Amino acid sequence: MLDYAKSNRREVIAAAVLIVLLTIYLGTHPRGASTYVMTIWANQCLILGLAACAQFFAVVVRGIDLSVGAVMALTNTIASYLLDGSPAGIAMGMVAVVGAGALCGLLNGVIVVFGRIQPIVVTLATASVFVGLALLLRPTPGGAVNYDLADAMTLDVLGIPTALVITAVVVFAFWLPFRRTGLGLGLYALGSSEQAAFQSGIDTRLVRLAAFTLAGVFAGLAGLFYSFVTTTGDAGIGPGFTLNSIAAVVLGGVLLRGGVGSLVGALAGAFILKTIASLMFFSGIPSLAQPLFEGLILAGAIAIGGADVLRARNKLEVFK
Amino acid sequence: MITRTSTRAVTFDSLVPYFGVIALIIAGSFFFPQILSVDYLTQQLQIAAFLGLLATGATIVILLGHIDLSVPWVLTGAAILSTALVGTGNPMLSALAVPAALAFGALIGLINGLGVAVLRIPSMVWTLAVNSMLLGLAVLNTGGFNPRGESSPLMVAMASGDFLGLPFSFLIWIAVCSGLTWVLVRTPFGRYLRSIGFNEKAAFLSGVSTPSVVCAAFAIAGMCSALGGVMLAGYANQAYQSMGDPFLLPTIAAVVIGGTSILGGRGGLFGTIGGALFITLLTSILSVMQIGDAWRNIIFGVIILAMLLFQTLRKGAAQ
Repeated sequence: MLDYAKSNRREVIAAAVLIVLLTIYLGTHPRGASTYVMTIWANQCLILGLAACAQFFAVVVRGIDLSVGAVMALTNTIASYLLDGSPAGIAMGMVAVVGAGALCGLLNGVIVVFGRIQPIVVTLATASVFVGLALLLRPTPGGAVNYDLADAMTLDVLGIPTALVITAVVVFAFWLPFRRTGLGLGLYALGSSEQAAFQSGIDTRLVRLAAFTLAGVFAGLAGLFYSFVTTTGDAGIGPGFTLNSIAAVVLGGVLLRGGVGSLVGALAGAFILKTIASLMFFSGIPSLAQPLFEGLILAGAIAIGGADVLRARNKLEVFK
Repeated sequence: MITRTSTRAVTFDSLVPYFGVIALIIAGSFFFPQILSVDYLTQQLQIAAFLGLLATGATIVILLGHIDLSVPWVLTGAAILSTALVGTGNPMLSALAVPAALAFGALIGLINGLGVAVLRIPSMVWTLAVNSMLLGLAVLNTGGFNPRGESSPLMVAMASGDFLGLPFSFLIWIAVCSGLTWVLVRTPFGRYLRSIGFNEKAAFLSGVSTPSVVCAAFAIAGMCSALGGVMLAGYANQAYQSMGDPFLLPTIAAVVIGGTSILGGRGGLFGTIGGALFITLLTSILSVMQIGDAWRNIIFGVIILAMLLFQTLRKGAAQ
């Protein structure tokens, strides 16, 4: 247990911070720790959480994905057309929505790998294209999502918020097994040192393509879940999610230089960010001062993460 | 390895956006002959200066191997500060509007630089956090409404005046770029900036005081953003909430199209001028053609991708 905490120090710190914040939140909330409060909280957290997962896959291979929000907007508008009607139709629709996200991610990956352009620039440009497509589908917000399905996904199962169940599924059924596969290890190898990965026989191009495709899949899932929460399609939801997803992965201990961090950390970072925002709402701080406090807390949290530098024994250690 | 070509102000990469500008004008004039009129083109120069000044600051930071995401609210903060000072009606404070806004930009730039250079926080996250703190300050200060205040005649002249038929804003932009190009090419600071962009560790080991160079670069970028904000406020005759948000991504696009490597070390301001002109003209022609928002976004993205692909493919063929 102690060994686990030592080797996953970043995730453990993030998780501890999250638990403290959540306790304060539930303690100060006028309605206390009811299922209702938890459900609303978990839904908001999971949207950003899935976006942070998407960002994680780009960041872990030393890239960045500025199109996360745009893919969410596009998949959200697609969902607003396909998620109504017969059960079979809805099931196909959900597959199509996530598939669209995967295609967007694959496109990013193909341009990054074969065009040899930096991911930050590629995704900046493709984000513009994806938002354009979303606007073609929904020039103004509208459309509908099957209410029964939306309720099933955003309420609770036996008192436990469905969003938390989904989070658990992502971690236990997807991430923990996935991390041990060749591809999962390949992601870390590529992020740590592309040259070493290449020389140990890893197909770096394939791994990078897979990483960006996975980023697209999770952005698609984020868009899908966003549709369940809002039950409409809106092409304008992107910008906030992209930048927040980057802040979330960093808070969760994922290093932007690649190779370090985990999906659990990314999720924890996103949950922390959203919990701070919800905490503000009931904190009694004047509403006009809340954005400032949110900014200060974000900056403080990130600065504490950077305090490691002050402990460096040799000044050269800080240049990595 | 720093070859002589990399410190030259004009390279083939930096000429690409200019070819793009010419192609855009020729292609656009087939559909709308009025694009060739002097009025239309000088108006483009005037508008391009706003994006251009922001991109000038961004180029300095990107040459360093970093990125500045605080541009939107440094811009908005400078605009709010300057219009508020003028709005007091006190002639003394009105005269201070522009210098105060520039000092504000430099201060925020310094905060950006300290976080990046001393605390070693990735610039992409730290400047983002600074941006959200500035947003919070602005909301607290203005109560979430559009801030009251007005622009001084000086600010209006900077944004909309002209001299011998050339817009003032364009002249200011070119003057700032020329000055900074001189700094980049001729002074030790310029060399340090590039060498940090190539390899920070090596620069440090060669005795460069890397933190001070990083802080100075971010301060220059903050002042450029603030100047852009002051001039935008002069152009609109007011400051308004989130006036800077639409500028962030086009700014980065302008720098990259201008041939500056996003990894740092390679590039320059000459290309950025072309990049800003290209993006302004592209946006303008797409809106003159009355293309809907959706297609405008798509075409914008595709053209930027095409230009980037062209640049890397050309390099691939040369090797």
